[in-house]
Amino acid sequence: MAQTKDNVAKISGAATYSFGEQRYNVINTHVHNIDGIAKVTGRAEYTFDVSLPRMLYGKILRSPYAHARILNIDTSKAEHLPGVRAVVTGKDTIRFKNGIWRRYRELCDEEILAYDRVRYIGEPVAAVAAVDEDTAEAALNLIEVDYEALPAVFDPLEALKKGAPQLHDHAERNINITRHIEWGEVDEGFNHADYVREDWFRCSPQAHVCMETHDAVSSYTPDRKLTCWTSTQCHYYIQVLLAENLGLRESDVRVVSRYTGGGFGSKFELDSAQFCSALLSMKVCKPVKIVLTREEEFIATKIRTPMFYYLRTGVKKDGAFLAKEARVFTQGGAYTAMGATALYLTGFFQAFPYVWPSYRYDGYRVYTNTAPASAMRGFGAPQATFCAETQIDLIANELGIDPIEIRRKNAMYPGYEVPGQAWIQSCGLAEELDRIAEWIKSKGELPPNRGIGVAAYGFMSGGIFNWFDTPYAFSSAEIKINVDGKVDLYIGSQDMGQGSNTTMAIICAEELGVRIEDIRLHMGDTDTCPVDLGAWGSRETLMQGNAVKMAAAEAKRKILEYAAAKLGPNIVYDLDIKDRWVHLVARPERGVSYYDAVKEVIRGNEGQPIVGRGHYTPHRKGMISPAYSFGVQALEVDVDPDTGKVSLLNCVTAHDSGQVINPLGIQGQLEGAISMAAGYGFSEDMPMEDGKILNPNLVDYKVLKAPDMPETEIIEVETYEPEGPFGAKEAGEGLTNPTAGALGNAIFHATGLSIKDLPITPEKILRALDERKQETQD
Amino acid sequence: MEKQLLRLTVNNEYYESYIKPTKLLVEILRDELRLTGTKRGCNVGACGACTVHLNGLPVKSCSVLALQANGMEVTTVEGLADREALTPLQRSFLDHGAFQCGFCTPGMLMSATALLNDNPSPTKQHIKDGIEGNICRCTGYNSIIRAITAVADGNYKEGT
Repeated sequence: MAQTKDNVAKISGAATYSFGEQRYNVINTHVHNIDGIAKVTGRAEYTFDVSLPRMLYGKILRSPYAHARILNIDTSKAEHLPGVRAVVTGKDTIRFKNGIWRRYRELCDEEILAYDRVRYIGEPVAAVAAVDEDTAEAALNLIEVDYEALPAVFDPLEALKKGAPQLHDHAERNINITRHIEWGEVDEGFNHADYVREDWFRCSPQAHVCMETHDAVSSYTPDRKLTCWTSTQCHYYIQVLLAENLGLRESDVRVVSRYTGGGFGSKFELDSAQFCSALLSMKVCKPVKIVLTREEEFIATKIRTPMFYYLRTGVKKDGAFLAKEARVFTQGGAYTAMGATALYLTGFFQAFPYVWPSYRYDGYRVYTNTAPASAMRGFGAPQATFCAETQIDLIANELGIDPIEIRRKNAMYPGYEVPGQAWIQSCGLAEELDRIAEWIKSKGELPPNRGIGVAAYGFMSGGIFNWFDTPYAFSSAEIKINVDGKVDLYIGSQDMGQGSNTTMAIICAEELGVRIEDIRLHMGDTDTCPVDLGAWGSRETLMQGNAVKMAAAEAKRKILEYAAAKLGPNIVYDLDIKDRWVHLVARPERGVSYYDAVKEVIRGNEGQPIVGRGHYTPHRKGMISPAYSFGVQALEVDVDPDTGKVSLLNCVTAHDSGQVINPLGIQGQLEGAISMAAGYGFSEDMPMEDGKILNPNLVDYKVLKAPDMPETEIIEVETYEPEGPFGAKEAGEGLTNPTAGALGNAIFHATGLSIKDLPITPEKILRALDERKQETQD
Repeated sequence: MEKQLLRLTVNNEYYESYIKPTKLLVEILRDELRLTGTKRGCNVGACGACTVHLNGLPVKSCSVLALQANGMEVTTVEGLADREALTPLQRSFLDHGAFQCGFCTPGMLMSATALLNDNPSPTKQHIKDGIEGNICRCTGYNSIIRAITAVADGNYKEGT
């Protein structure tokens, strides 16, 4: 019998084992979300649902001015209103300059309760705690604030000009941060180009629209300890930032967040609900609850960074990329927030997912009198991908090259090093382009006003950056196995809906060789859970996943040591646990039950539960991330030439996220990303008049509803990421990157119109159609 | 403002209380009865997170005064399952991953339940239209549509 993978097991005498074959019992199987029953029965308790004895309700007074000096605040009338228990202003704070880029103090520039100056409409100036929300609201109207209005500036290109109103004394011409990325000989690249193209793009703001608005219940007690229940993506950041801003010791602040009603990047910085409720609670030693209204959520929480993008690109006539130059001016808003990261990542991902022999990026983050622009799902990459992918189709069109072909010719590949920036290990881009090409071909000739647009993308599996300046590992996990075999898994990561709890339970169960129902997960509490740097930058699967796998492996080793002693195998044999059976890998029938083994290990270890610890911090992985996902998306649209209305018909995405851990979770991430990114592409916008947002409600701000969604199909391209747990990498944020670009390209192929100004609304399409008609008539 | 007597049957349990006439149904459910499964996402009837059944019909409880429901039967998400026996829709939501953060899920389940009560064999368009008033920012809706379709197709039986 010839040796093949299929019969090697028979030859070796092992009934069920093949060398090198990965066989998983839990990974990539259909499992229910471990929080599912709580969520479908209404029992999941969000911060929004927390109610404590003696609890007061807080409200925040916000600036009606885009830019003003605060001359005086008189709170006496409000304080005397029956039912009011406390009023706070900037004078009650320690005037700590808050910021999440703690390593760079100059970028910590926000006083969460303004002291003597406000820089955007909606900036908090005072807060009230009262016996109920109505009383607190009434008290806000009694607070008298004397403002001296200052000239304001809203457009970053205006704010950059000499003589423009200056927001911060330290920032001349309102330049907050600049970022530069460069490799290769850019000018020489352009000299050798057969075709050079320049384009300007405008990327609009976007609101996160978490269904649970920002909220917090803070309870300060006479033992000088603060507990804050809050909706967050990272309880550790909130713990540290609350302690800093309130002058408390870090470990005396406990942050609890079991369920979070959506995050999308809006909930890992300290917010006004958290800070003001804590400050009020410290004043009265009673719990204070603050829930932001939907309007506050729109006007006064952070937004996706609006960008003006200039791209100049040089290529050979066969479509080979030679040189790209990108310049970006962002509407930064009044404070730095996470904007420095968005400014870097948009520059980095502008070159993705292609091999550019030369590239130069200059980014300018500009202070404006608007709400701070910060992190939102994709973190600068959706902007970059929209501009880059739109321009690539325009270039392909000019040169008469197929859109897939030009992408294939320049695609990144496994082993490629982005010069000085990143090292690509796993990458399925070539196959993804093939699969999407097949799908497009299967569609055949399209009817008039139909178009298919394509966009390729990549994204990081967590950032390597430590601007937060933590001495802790990036992710940690702890495991305790009880005498009945139940596994207590303690993690620091935050499940805000993306499903990381289930992912971690799967990884733990697989590594330990038990079932998912054997795992009891503990998260969302700084008192009991280890530190993790939070659910942002698509970092949990790889980073927290590696920590969980390491902790489980340590616990498993203790069980295997016992089993080896008991079973007495030849020393060359491996032991493992699968589905609660501890056994010799090559002779699976020789083994001992997991339950018996656990009992005996505990008995033999002076009655101590079996414990394991794990941690992960990336090392020697470049500047950005330990691993990257890749994908290609095709979107088919129909454009009504009479109304400009765009209907999304089909959306097919081929992507690689390494080893799939939770297929149901990935599908949910993909479809959710399409709805959010399509909204970014054609319906969501935040128009302003003198700094005031005109549509701060869910009637006028247009998120996608069920009838707006296209049919969705997902093509998983198999890759194995050596740095990830079981070969896994990210599958959450990256999927947000391609859709706006694919949408723009689909409209281009349907109508011949290239609209470089997001969102691509029916009005813009009609205007462009009219303009074209005028031109042909002239 | 003088308080008035409110009588309600909520999830088959009778309840009465003197309340301010300005109180919304959602406030009574959440704050008085501590049935916090019902959520609020916008307070203007635009997001559907507060959807409950009033005499079997779906309403947005942020847009109904509690006294308008006087004498009526209210069902909230807590009233769907019979102890640990989940309804077909709840089980289908689990199987299809038809939720993520879960904040819109109670309202979504109430709309979907009402939809299937009204029309046990809906088309895909009926289903989409039936949940159009419920915003979900996480899932992109398609998993929810699949979950409802599976129940309509008879893949889930009551009480199993």
